Amino acid sequence: MIKFSKRQLKTPKMQRPVYLVTGGMSKFGRSIPEKRTEELVIDAFVEAAEFIDKSPAELKEYIHSCYYGHFADHFGDQLLGESVIHDRLGLDPLGNVGIKTGGATGGSTLWEAFKAVASGYSDCVLAMGWERMDEVPTDEGNNYIASAADKDWETPLGHIYTGYYAVMAQKYWQVFGKKEDSFRQTMAEIAVKNRGYARMNPHAQGPMDITVDDVINSPVVAYPLRALDCCLMSVGAACAILCDEKTANELTDNPLEIHVAAGSHTLRVADRRDMEIPLLPNESPDQYKDLGDRFPGGDRYPGFTGFLAARMAAYYGYRMAGVIDPTEDFDLVELHDAFTISDIQTYEDIGIRPYGEGRTYVESGDCYLTNPKTGEPGKLPSNLSGGLIGNMHAVGATGIMQTIEVGQHIWGRWAEMHEDQSKWDLFGRSKPDDWTNLQVDGAKRGLAISHAGVGSHVTATILVHPDHQLERTES
Amino acid sequence: MNTNDRGTVKVENGRYRFEGKFHYGYPNEPIRNEDGELMGVTNPRDLTHVHMYGGEAPFFEGLGQGKLLGTRCDNSNCEANGSIFIPFRIHCPDCLSKNTIVDMTETAQKGATVHTFMITERTGAFNTLPKPIRFVNVEFEGVPTILMGYLSVGEPKIGMKVIPIFNTTNPTFTILDLSWVPEEANETDLPEGYTFG
Repeated sequence: MIKFSKRQLKTPKMQRPVYLVTGGMSKFGRSIPEKRTEELVIDAFVEAAEFIDKSPAELKEYIHSCYYGHFADHFGDQLLGESVIHDRLGLDPLGNVGIKTGGATGGSTLWEAFKAVASGYSDCVLAMGWERMDEVPTDEGNNYIASAADKDWETPLGHIYTGYYAVMAQKYWQVFGKKEDSFRQTMAEIAVKNRGYARMNPHAQGPMDITVDDVINSPVVAYPLRALDCCLMSVGAACAILCDEKTANELTDNPLEIHVAAGSHTLRVADRRDMEIPLLPNESPDQYKDLGDRFPGGDRYPGFTGFLAARMAAYYGYRMAGVIDPTEDFDLVELHDAFTISDIQTYEDIGIRPYGEGRTYVESGDCYLTNPKTGEPGKLPSNLSGGLIGNMHAVGATGIMQTIEVGQHIWGRWAEMHEDQSKWDLFGRSKPDDWTNLQVDGAKRGLAISHAGVGSHVTATILVHPDHQLERTES
Repeated sequence: MNTNDRGTVKVENGRYRFEGKFHYGYPNEPIRNEDGELMGVTNPRDLTHVHMYGGEAPFFEGLGQGKLLGTRCDNSNCEANGSIFIPFRIHCPDCLSKNTIVDMTETAQKGATVHTFMITERTGAFNTLPKPIRFVNVEFEGVPTILMGYLSVGEPKIGMKVIPIFNTTNPTFTILDLSWVPEEANETDLPEGYTFG
């Protein structure tokens, strides 16, 4: 049984508030052979500058230190790739550092950038993330990704990371999904939703107009996961500019307050030990006493079914921002839908639904922009960008992309950034005839979850419009 | 290119003794698009890494001898005192004192259960396991952790009783030397080179 000390559970208290000022993204694709990574990074930076009507040179004058998220050096075959990027962006001699936390690299990059501003070290920082996964064949790519598992105890087993996660999916499917056809259908609905939303996003790599049956009939990867349940492997870049209040207001009229928190858990799922469930503000101590009765086999926490790192990121992050109930307090979320079933697991870890009831977030229609059951706005739309399943998973950029997407809704500028025909043309993509504005009306607060592999690292990034802050709790 | 002189390593007097070749170079090849324009180059190479097991070496040696070794925290001042760890942990994750090596072969032979599993046809480059691969995550009585491995005989199911088998004939000294079979499996069912230990 693992226990935490009070000191370890302290709510992080920053020295000063931090603001997201702007962000930008490149095109995302399975391969982009016509561009070097440096070019994609510059595309993202230029979009961020233009978003606040600055030239790249003007924006650079504000930046004091730089945080670079790039997970897989071996894919790029370039150690210190961050220094190459830093040079091509013309940001020498500013201090810079590379950040690597697997699939959560983008979120962790924001975490470091956030702390640099909150501490007073810098008034304005660049958080830039990218990934290049197209320069080896897919099976070698799978081997590279599997080398993020334990090289002695896991990687030799098939050299296939999906398999290391699939054992968790199997457990959740059998214990909490009870192997029900209806649960399988709910998983498929997530894939349909996210690929459908991706159709409205010119950056997106994997837009598809598909049905639940298409997902359920797609090839098995590792049962119950099928090909259309799984996220994309991508190339691309995304960046964000974070500032203190004074600098933020010099750069834009409309900065958003940002909070970033992080959690971790064992790299090998095998090493997980049991513990009591750390409770989020909307949960009660007795709530899970009968969890094992309701879901036989589900009494072991976190077992192979919960992501403790996600729970802890939310635990710290919600208290930092004053969030009590994510469904009430947020207007939209971008979740790390690496697989449809891990998306459902995460609903529970971050308190959108209690443990065991994640599926109801989809089945209620709450996760849609427009609830298909009621025709009314969904209570908490998720992954309007298309997520990792429909938009991209260019690992180092993913958590940053999610945050920018949430920000564009709160800024009320989602349509402006996704509708413009010139962007569709620039990326060589066809805008669908039924293109729909996915702007969440009146969005004030949102959340992005960035997650690594089987749950070794997770960050929670919360954006709040400064006029709609929540009351903070102390602990 | 002849790679028969691929390198070997020994440790003598605390230093590596490398013999033979550890890398082979090949010429680059241009990559062009359909119009014949240069897009990039291939960067071929073939190299051998060296990796030490350190304090985990007894575990990997033990597999080839038909033994499943775990470790136990024996620090009476630690809350994890008495906890047995498989995967083998050199140090206790709580107090960081050096754990005691314990032979868990008999425990595994008597009370190992499949906690979860997965079956896949997909693998990454360098995979050596036959497909489809059947991963099993195995619980042991009195052990708080759940070891990942692969099933060599039969179809996995949550709750099924399994027993370990070991590549004792021609060990690779990797985790692949340990596999699992249903408790009712016979010696004749086992893959070539594997025994019950």
